Amino acid sequence: MTAKENNQKDSRPGILIYGYGNPGREDDGLGNAFVGAIRSWIEKNKLTHIEIDSNYQLNIEDADIMARNDIVLFVDATEEPIENFCITTVKPSDSRVEFTMHAVSPAFVLDLCQKIFNKNPQTYLLHIKGYRWDFKEELSPEGEKNLNKALEFIKPFLSSPDSFYSIKDDIAPCQ
Amino acid sequence: MSKKITIEPVTRVEGHGKVTVHMDDNNNVIQTRLHIVEFRGFERFIQGRPYWEAPVLVQRLCGICPVSHHLAAAKAMDVIVGAGTGDGLTPVAEKMRRLMHYGQIFQSHVLHFFHLVSPDLLFGINADPAIRNIIGVAMEHKELAVQGVMMRKFGQEIIKATAGKKIHGTGAIPGGINKNLSIEERDHFLKGKDPLNIDKMIEWSLGAIEFFKDYQKKNSDLIDNMAAFPSNHLSLVRKDGAMDLYHGVIRAVDANGKKILHDVDPQDYLDYIGEEVKSWTYMKFPFLIEYGKEKGWYRVGPLARLNTIDFIPSPLAQKEFETYKSYTKGKPNNMSMHTHWARLIEVLHAAEMMKVLLNDSDLQKNNLETKGNKVYEGVGMLEAPRGTLFHHYRINDQDLIEMANLIVSTTNNNTPMNKAVEMVAKEQMNGHTIITEPMMNAVEVAIRAYDPCLSCATHALGKMPLEISLYNKNNQLIDRKRK
Repeated sequence: MTAKENNQKDSRPGILIYGYGNPGREDDGLGNAFVGAIRSWIEKNKLTHIEIDSNYQLNIEDADIMARNDIVLFVDATEEPIENFCITTVKPSDSRVEFTMHAVSPAFVLDLCQKIFNKNPQTYLLHIKGYRWDFKEELSPEGEKNLNKALEFIKPFLSSPDSFYSIKDDIAPCQ
Repeated sequence: MSKKITIEPVTRVEGHGKVTVHMDDNNNVIQTRLHIVEFRGFERFIQGRPYWEAPVLVQRLCGICPVSHHLAAAKAMDVIVGAGTGDGLTPVAEKMRRLMHYGQIFQSHVLHFFHLVSPDLLFGINADPAIRNIIGVAMEHKELAVQGVMMRKFGQEIIKATAGKKIHGTGAIPGGINKNLSIEERDHFLKGKDPLNIDKMIEWSLGAIEFFKDYQKKNSDLIDNMAAFPSNHLSLVRKDGAMDLYHGVIRAVDANGKKILHDVDPQDYLDYIGEEVKSWTYMKFPFLIEYGKEKGWYRVGPLARLNTIDFIPSPLAQKEFETYKSYTKGKPNNMSMHTHWARLIEVLHAAEMMKVLLNDSDLQKNNLETKGNKVYEGVGMLEAPRGTLFHHYRINDQDLIEMANLIVSTTNNNTPMNKAVEMVAKEQMNGHTIITEPMMNAVEVAIRAYDPCLSCATHALGKMPLEISLYNKNNQLIDRKRK
């Protein structure tokens, strides 16, 4: 049951924040760390319209939890040449850009969500720049700084979820 | 002119691999190799860490089947803390672990079938890759795609309830577990709103088997013959010969069903199983020592398991097992594509076993842990979704791990996967100088039957495009295709 379903009186759009990665591989866990860090802030501010989740990777079953929310924010670590973090809007796509069978992209899950549940949540991907990927369960200092910057940027949108709908690719561009 | 064609990576298998096809002057395949760059760094990484950390640490191997590594490491540590080799745990501890394991088998097999295999069956292996995925299934057969998604979700929720959390679960500890199953959790799975309850999972599991059997009847030429070859088969079996995916003795049979490894104790695996090193790959080639490197290689996984066991201890899966066995008149099944059939029977078995366990009041008991006299070495084995998984550790007087040896399922299947690639490559590529999409996919489909987890065996980071390279006999690149 989503946070929104748990609190029927809350009329705000239901938001899902979903971080993914392997926290045992240093900065690969930035998405998971984002979820861990935002959890207490959400509870403190009694933001009952927000649901949070995390896993090693996205997969087909995540179409179900997406379908039960109005807005979805995926959070992932990235090696892309960006400064610290950026946001892109996610459009449904059935193209298999990755060569893995056990992980799928946000665009793939969104497409699946539309096809089998007829739901189309507004979906974003927050990319947080990472630097180290070894067998260690801790973030690099640089990765942690980027994480904190991303957290501060996102919090206002969580407090006022309607503002999420105004997010365009140029609000925190990846280029 | 001799040519070498390289296909990399193998799409839709975890991590990346590379297939090279060597051709002679007449464009006939003379040699194929599946290259998997195994990364042994993890075994070194874990050295020097306290033994009790192992069940959590090993989940860093990869995020695909962390539960299998978690439980295999915990079983090895059971030995080290003196809790015995499978029968020393309290009932609640063993049953919680089994429930976790069946949840893992269920969700992993379901993903493989619905996400990877069903598109190939529904649309044909030569269909446009753009529709040959679960999105294509969702458009043409929506109910099947919904089943795949919800069955995966059910399995994942079982894991979360038993392992404590989705990531880096802590459910299994040396000598036991750290939580039982609450009544609320139990009822969530037994009486959950449709479709998320165990009865629906059993119903859908049966439906998936019928789907495959129907397909096999109509396409027996493809399913029976593609990459079929005789081999030995190895798995754990219960001491009475029953299927037991969590614990047992090691049994191997040859291609005709003759027992060639007679139910040996996993603690003694090094007396029976060797690992060959080859110059062209970092991944080892396990074999039965008694039969040597050439004749002692074996398959693991669903096909192998249904060849080694005598029966399945759950009624619906046993009935399907009898149908399956009758197809080969009781003889071992050496048809690689029948692995999908075997896998679906295991899905049903896992669902049935989950129901049995969920109805067992032992799961609500509180005696979670067993301790005994510490020893310095332990082996933990189980049947992971892709096959037999070995974890072997030795500790020192400071309780620190000083040796770790892991043989993962994909490594066990190294030789069979290479055999399968060779067969399909010869069939599809002889006489050709250009690799077409259907040819590439035929090779991939043959490998995919083994559901290899190259990530587990390689730990490769980064994404690579699909690339085909063509070399002449002097190893000069003469063509390369990328997508």
